[in-house]
Amino acid sequence: MSLNVEHQSVRTLPSEKPIRLLDNAGHAVHGAAAGGFELPELDTLLELYRRMVIARRFDVQVTALTRQGRLATYPSAYGQEACEIGAISAIEARDWFFPTYRDSIALLTRGIEPGDILQSFRGDWHNGYDQHAHRTASQATPLATQALHAVGLAHAARLRQDPIVTMTYLGDGATSEGDAHEAFNFAAVWQTPTVFLVQNNQFAISVPLSRQTRAATLADKAVGYGMPGYHVDGNDVAAVYAVTRAAVERARAGGGPTLIEGLTYRIEAHTNSDDPTRYRLARDVEHWKRRDPIERLEKYLVSEGALSESMRAEITDAAESVAAHTRDLMTVEAEIDPLELFDHVYARPRAALLEQRARLEAELADAAIHAAQPGAAQPAGAAR
Amino acid sequence: MTATTTEQAAPQASAPTQLTMAGALNAALRDAMAADDRVVVYGEDVGPLGGVFRVTDGLQAQFGEDRIWDSPLAESGIIGTAIGMAMYGMRPVVEMQFDAFSYPAFEQMVSHVAKMRNRTKGRMSLPMVVRIPCAGAIGGVEHHSDSSEAYWTATPGLTVVMPSNPADAYSMLREAIDGDDPVVFMEPKSRYWSKAPVALPVTTAPMDRAVVVREGTDVTLLAYGPTVRTALESADAAAAEGLSIEVVDLRSLSPFDDETVGASVRKTSRAAVIHEAAQFGGYGAEVAARVTERNFHHLAAPVLRITGFDIPFPSPKLEEFHLPTPDRVLAALDTWEWDD
Ligand SMILES: Cc1ncc(C[n+]2csc(CCOP(=O)(O)OP(=O)(O)O)c2C)c(N)n1
Repeated sequence: MSLNVEHQSVRTLPSEKPIRLLDNAGHAVHGAAAGGFELPELDTLLELYRRMVIARRFDVQVTALTRQGRLATYPSAYGQEACEIGAISAIEARDWFFPTYRDSIALLTRGIEPGDILQSFRGDWHNGYDQHAHRTASQATPLATQALHAVGLAHAARLRQDPIVTMTYLGDGATSEGDAHEAFNFAAVWQTPTVFLVQNNQFAISVPLSRQTRAATLADKAVGYGMPGYHVDGNDVAAVYAVTRAAVERARAGGGPTLIEGLTYRIEAHTNSDDPTRYRLARDVEHWKRRDPIERLEKYLVSEGALSESMRAEITDAAESVAAHTRDLMTVEAEIDPLELFDHVYARPRAALLEQRARLEAELADAAIHAAQPGAAQPAGAAR
Repeated sequence: MTATTTEQAAPQASAPTQLTMAGALNAALRDAMAADDRVVVYGEDVGPLGGVFRVTDGLQAQFGEDRIWDSPLAESGIIGTAIGMAMYGMRPVVEMQFDAFSYPAFEQMVSHVAKMRNRTKGRMSLPMVVRIPCAGAIGGVEHHSDSSEAYWTATPGLTVVMPSNPADAYSMLREAIDGDDPVVFMEPKSRYWSKAPVALPVTTAPMDRAVVVREGTDVTLLAYGPTVRTALESADAAAAEGLSIEVVDLRSLSPFDDETVGASVRKTSRAAVIHEAAQFGGYGAEVAARVTERNFHHLAAPVLRITGFDIPFPSPKLEEFHLPTPDRVLAALDTWEWDD
């Protein structure tokens, strides 16, 4: 079988008004505005609600821990829960996910332990979870680079005839990077089963979307590559889920990649070291807070009689226990082994690294001796 | 999909035939692809054309488009997708068409290829090979003759090797493909067409070892890739003047074989390193520093560097003025104070 298939190029422009299945008041949307998509079943929406509530509680907790100095940094996704949770919920355990630094709550939904997610932000090691076990790549920091990995892995899976899909998230700023272009193009040319979710939270650190692109929507970019593009209300988890789910199903059936833009807003700072008052108005933040993705779904579920008080209490409890667990993990000092620095650079041992490891080991032993002698406190580096 | 072992699929040993380095690389790719169906090859023009240097000649006809194919023209894309493929258990061998065109992929190489294993505490390795035709002396125009080895060797996590002859080219490429670490496999373009008698499959010294290619007693010349021939020619010329030169082909730039190099330097007590790349901040600076640090009391003179000038690689009509020559090597050796 050759994968080198002829395919139809896609020329349909995404809608300028974002696709929406629930409006801001929590009412179901029908007709053209829904873009031909159906509101998911109540059970699905309830599960999405639960995941979003837990995700937000986690995010708020980690932000607080970061302010207390427990983590070196944390990029919050507060306000972006519909994108983060809606899309990741559309793929399966066998599929692969390629996240960025911003997407910790998607990892939580993927079943990764809080301590493992936060290991890199705490500063213990660059990545804390087993990528193979969770079929989830390391959170990428260099922008848009991970999108190419998602395409490559998807292509390898196709060569092996494994029916898996890869999903990757990018920010609006990241779409300006060359690697985003290369990833979209490779995916379209190779027709890989890849779903690109652009979370347009309207800022790349301080730079607004208007300084990033002249395209009417980021989803428009899909057309130039010959793949379908969708412009979606990124604060409507029902819409994000329905559109990504359709893209995942098409990809799995051999229909190639899809580019989805979720229009959302980052409520928190870029990271804890950012000062957003320098580049955006409190008024705008308030405006977007009133379009909260969790409240919107909650209104709908309550109006449908699908969310009882006892369910709400149970979900709150679950969220609190994730937060408490996270607090407990982050208040314990991590055990680190400096000698491990040398252990994972190459598969094949290197003489020069073994020498350097021995040197550090001797320094540490010296430092331990000095520490044991009262009044002889010396920094490790000075011990000769 | 099952991987077969190298032994099972190893072709019958042939009688020695005259083989070019390009031919040896082609045979290595062919044998590696036959031995292990996880090996896939892609890049720019590697399919029907067989690569601009014909290193992949005939491979698509033999293995089909699912094993070797032309990728879109995008170096970061080639490396970035190869990362994803390696993550899924493939062994991609990708081609950068020319040295200077690997720079768009710099970020993927440095930020991801080099770091993946370390980032994941060894749980995710990237068994991939990046083939880069490198260096000058082929009359190439701008951007077709760079020596980019210092960028790669300055990057922990990468293994960087450069063969200088057909037998090593075959053996080292097979070893690079079989290993679990990502390898930057640099191929000196000016040596692609030079022939030697080789009986395939050939296994030369391990990829991470330097090799003494000519014995001598007075001076150690450290060379790699295209400058091994320069070093050997220098040794011939020096012999006529009564100077006995030992030539070491480094083969592996990272890791550096301190042992083989150190043994040679302690024997001769004088060393010089030759490369095409610019001198300032170049790979030779690392070689000179290491050799000095480890062998200072055995050295009778400072370690010398005979390199290209500190200029962007020149146009074809000017490259002969830039490249290190045996005359320059011998002139450099003359700057040492000799006892006799
Ligand atoms: C290649 C690269 N350049 C610059 C940076 C520094 N940087 C980190 S985040 C960021 C903004 C990214 O914005 P966007 O893609 O919109 O994602 P968001 O942070 O809003 O989720 C920048 C410039 C980087 N990480 N990678």
